[in-house]
Amino acid sequence: MAEMVTLTIDGRTISAPAGTTILEAAKDANIYIPNLCNNEELTPYGSCRLCMVEITHKGRTRIVAACIYEVVDGLEVNVNTERVLNVRKLVIELLLARNNEHPALRKIADELGVKETRFPVEKKGCILCGQCVRTCREVVGVSAIGFSGRGITRRIAAPFMDFPPDCIACGSCVYVCPVNFIPMREENGVRTIIRFDFPMQQCKKCGKYFAPKKQLEYFSKTTGLPLDHFENCIDCR
Amino acid sequence: MEAKIQTIIDKYGADKGFLVPILQDVQKEFKYLPREALTHVSVYLGVPISRLFEVATFYKAFSLTPRGKHELSLCLGTACHVRGAPLIGDNIERTLGIKAGETSSDLEFTFETVNCLGACALGPILVVDGEYHGNISITKSNKILKKLGKKVQIDEEN
Repeated sequence: MAEMVTLTIDGRTISAPAGTTILEAAKDANIYIPNLCNNEELTPYGSCRLCMVEITHKGRTRIVAACIYEVVDGLEVNVNTERVLNVRKLVIELLLARNNEHPALRKIADELGVKETRFPVEKKGCILCGQCVRTCREVVGVSAIGFSGRGITRRIAAPFMDFPPDCIACGSCVYVCPVNFIPMREENGVRTIIRFDFPMQQCKKCGKYFAPKKQLEYFSKTTGLPLDHFENCIDCR
Repeated sequence: MEAKIQTIIDKYGADKGFLVPILQDVQKEFKYLPREALTHVSVYLGVPISRLFEVATFYKAFSLTPRGKHELSLCLGTACHVRGAPLIGDNIERTLGIKAGETSSDLEFTFETVNCLGACALGPILVVDGEYHGNISITKSNKILKKLGKKVQIDEEN
């Protein structure tokens, strides 16, 4: 049992295990803090900056990102002060400048009372939350994609902007993306992610295309089971 | 190529923590980071290729495209700027026939601009293959280019 610490969030006294973040503690207490880059399956990253909160600790007040700030004893957290809301409004405006259409962003903008961004809309789509990269690295374990560049040229990229050799076409990055930036479709036994084609495996019994071949090869490699074990779909296995 | 990379990596005990120094050495060896080289590094070091691509694109010191035999960096910091560095830059671009950040097609010259070299009193500064040339003028830059083997029309009266 981890050591418990006591903190207050919006005046409510909450106790949480040491090592949890403000965002997790707030979630457990049913206090809503908007966020886009946090995912409980992944290591905290702190890139979307929507979860900014005001903390007071030992008489000092400052603004921190709730998803990467660990709780400490006697911490006082305020989720919705004027100062925090101003910061958050600016952050959502900056995010809207990258993607002003997606409902997830629109919803948060509405909650904050932001109608339009004051910045030129670039329609980049991706908000660089890094969930796809982290999922590929930490959950799937193949690290097929990463970031490239830095600053304004930072983007999600396959190595050398070319066909990603390590990708198993599992589609986890597509699934986890909060703004549906990564397109995926399946047609005639081929799964296409962005512009990369991956052949699908046809079920030996029912003939249905059920999974990318590379993913099954990866399963076979990680489980040590022969490849033909995976050549039937789940229904026929 | 494979053997050279193996030597470089072994020098650092195949430790992932030395990724940046390893890439620096690889870059020194080949003048840039060839794709094939990064693939070898990825295999020997056990670092995913996506990670190497991240590092290689993050730092400006790394280049994924071949660089020229001679590297010219022109300072465009405030002090150099007011002393006319942009004019010198224009002249170099015109003479070499490339834009800043590019490499000439014969792989002789790479020209780039930097934001400050920390020697403002010497401005404008042109760094040629690691050697600093202070108080540069168009004439001086032409002389340097000529020394490096570039045909330049120099107005002898200046």
